[in-house]
Amino acid sequence: MSTPAHSTAATVPDRVTSLVRALRTHGIRIGTGESVDAARAVAVLGLADRDQLREGLAAALLHDRGQRAVFDPVFDLYFPRRVGAPGGDGPGDGARFEEKDFDRDGLRDRLAEALAASDRAAMAALAAEAVDGLGGYGSAPGSDGFSAQQTLERLRPQTLLARVRAALRAGGGESESGAFTDRVEADEIRRRIEDFRELVRAEARRRVAERRGTDEIARRMVVRTADRADFLYAGRSQLAELRRAVHPLARKLATRLAARRRRAARGHIDLRRTLRGSLSTGGVPMRPVLRRRRPARPELVLLCDVSGSVAGFANFTMLLVQALHDQFSRVRVFAFVNRVDEVTELIARGAADPEGLGGRITTEAAVTGWHGSSDYGGALTEFVERHAAALTSRSSVFVLGDARTNQMDPGLAALRRIARMARRTYWLNPEPRSQWDTGDSVAGAYGQIVPMYECRDARQLSALVGRLLPV
Amino acid sequence: MFRSVDDVTARLAETGYLASPAVATTVFLAARLGKPLLVEGPAGVGKTELAKAVAAITDARLIRLQCYEGVDESRALYEWNHAKQLLRITAGRDETWDQTRTDIFSEEFLLPRPLLAAIRGDDAKVLLIDEMDKADVEVEGLLLEVLSDFQVTVPELGTVTATRHPFVVLTSNASRELSEALRRRCLFLHIDFPDEELERRIVALKVPGLDEVLTASLVRVVGALRAMDLRKAPSVAETVDWARTLLALGADRLDEEVVRASLGVVLKHQEDVRAAAAKLDLDAV
Repeated sequence: MSTPAHSTAATVPDRVTSLVRALRTHGIRIGTGESVDAARAVAVLGLADRDQLREGLAAALLHDRGQRAVFDPVFDLYFPRRVGAPGGDGPGDGARFEEKDFDRDGLRDRLAEALAASDRAAMAALAAEAVDGLGGYGSAPGSDGFSAQQTLERLRPQTLLARVRAALRAGGGESESGAFTDRVEADEIRRRIEDFRELVRAEARRRVAERRGTDEIARRMVVRTADRADFLYAGRSQLAELRRAVHPLARKLATRLAARRRRAARGHIDLRRTLRGSLSTGGVPMRPVLRRRRPARPELVLLCDVSGSVAGFANFTMLLVQALHDQFSRVRVFAFVNRVDEVTELIARGAADPEGLGGRITTEAAVTGWHGSSDYGGALTEFVERHAAALTSRSSVFVLGDARTNQMDPGLAALRRIARMARRTYWLNPEPRSQWDTGDSVAGAYGQIVPMYECRDARQLSALVGRLLPV
Repeated sequence: MFRSVDDVTARLAETGYLASPAVATTVFLAARLGKPLLVEGPAGVGKTELAKAVAAITDARLIRLQCYEGVDESRALYEWNHAKQLLRITAGRDETWDQTRTDIFSEEFLLPRPLLAAIRGDDAKVLLIDEMDKADVEVEGLLLEVLSDFQVTVPELGTVTATRHPFVVLTSNASRELSEALRRRCLFLHIDFPDEELERRIVALKVPGLDEVLTASLVRVVGALRAMDLRKAPSVAETVDWARTLLALGADRLDEEVVRASLGVVLKHQEDVRAAAAKLDLDAV
């Protein structure tokens, strides 16, 4: 297999298998068959064109689109664009510029030019230069490295927006001033700057990997696809990405619910009527009678904690349930921090502006009393007192929250009453199971009354929703 | 079939399909490795077109299996021609049972459906299994044998194996998660919206009469619309429609009035139109 004369040929299978191993540690399931396909793809495509190689390996190894977010940075590590510092030869040439020697303004000028021209190759070269010149830290071997954060802080590409804009106005003959496309220009430039930041991050990873070993960096690298992002720690952009995923996810869940409904509609034997019918055949059940299903769509009641820490989770779930509303005869959503208010209307209207939903709930609905911290006992009790009419024998209740009562009365009796009045009651908790019952969490006590499920990311939520939602 | 990736790009371009490097590379690999190609992506980016284009450049016959809820073995694989079998039985009165039986389960009475048709015969074929996600899970099981070994088992006849592998393209809109077993038999390709330059070339190819500067600004505005948080992002098909509309309207530059009048061509939901109008500073639409 190995041809010692060609050093690259010998390392290719190794590199493919290391790449596969790294992808597996990030949760992508790749079988041996796919590894073999990947190696065959490399053999067919050759190593000459890096982009072709990237697409070929992705086609052979990946199974869905979300995995691409993990694949691309890992690929960059194992099949780097270049080796060593720009201009230097080979990794580890110790020459390190001090920041003062580095012509930062010159780099910013050239970057502004590249951004204006949307020249990706130039942007990549500049990213390499920037990381080399601005990103280095430490001096002792072993503790030194390159930081994307530091590079970006010193370079501050986001401040170039106005300059790039001016350059476009001055140079671009096509964009006459006052043209309609001016309105989208700022966003376009912002996207290019974001691309550049990503290039810097990739470059910093590559340089560090050369020092510390590719496998280790690939393993430790943090890549989180949006559906795996923890609700409690998801950043703004991840929440935005999640919101965009609401409609496709709802469509998927709707098909799953429809399938469950179809399955549930057939095959249940009505024992009483079967036995009754068997009397005419001497007690032998000749003709099984199937249970008739009443085509009633179930009702759904959502009871969400919208206090700061868990608001992201609650908002996402509310939007998801709203998108699924045609699957149910009725969906009612209640929000609480320490007081309960119905927000069904707010959410139905809020579909057009999902980002502002959280803000509108806290301002337009009476969810807080005198203080701003969550009080489960008070909220549950108030719900039973004021909104008990929402619960019928056909309704399923989902309580969403982290069960952290701030040392107040958990109101177990109220939850017990809710569980008794509703057909089914579930509790979805966005905290990891290991943190339940720590500190002021009373997850265990609630969990004894109603089944409680860990629901930390969109993936878990969609699995739970597909399984638990009534059909 | 193809000499290189560039060869694929060039030949696809001749039929009017401008392929991104990702598309060309994956098509080339699928042909070389003899594996089916699973294509996903938003509606209107040319998933089905790709199969047609590949069939055109390889002089292959396109066999299409359109999936829908409830498609089954007799629609996808093969079916016995019962009426003809009955006729045959009544025609041959004096035969023994054994004679009749071997005769009525012969090829003559078999109605090949797309999957069987694709693996029989010696000519080049492209098998397009369209909207795989619409079919039930059971159909996937049916496909596994066809896709991995290119063979179909008909109990009465035995196993039919392809003498020449068809080029298989499956498309999916991801309205249902396809099974892992199916996915790992295929090369995976996600066709996304094209980048600005490619989309400009596509518009120029499909709507040749449109002014170059106008095309460029049109593509930029569509790009901006895609970056917004819309229910249905405009796809290539909509860009081309918009370009045609502008051509028909006789617009020579993109301004507020033109955009306001024609935004409905690109955006298909009223709330999207409203959100985009707000973002683009259009007066109330």
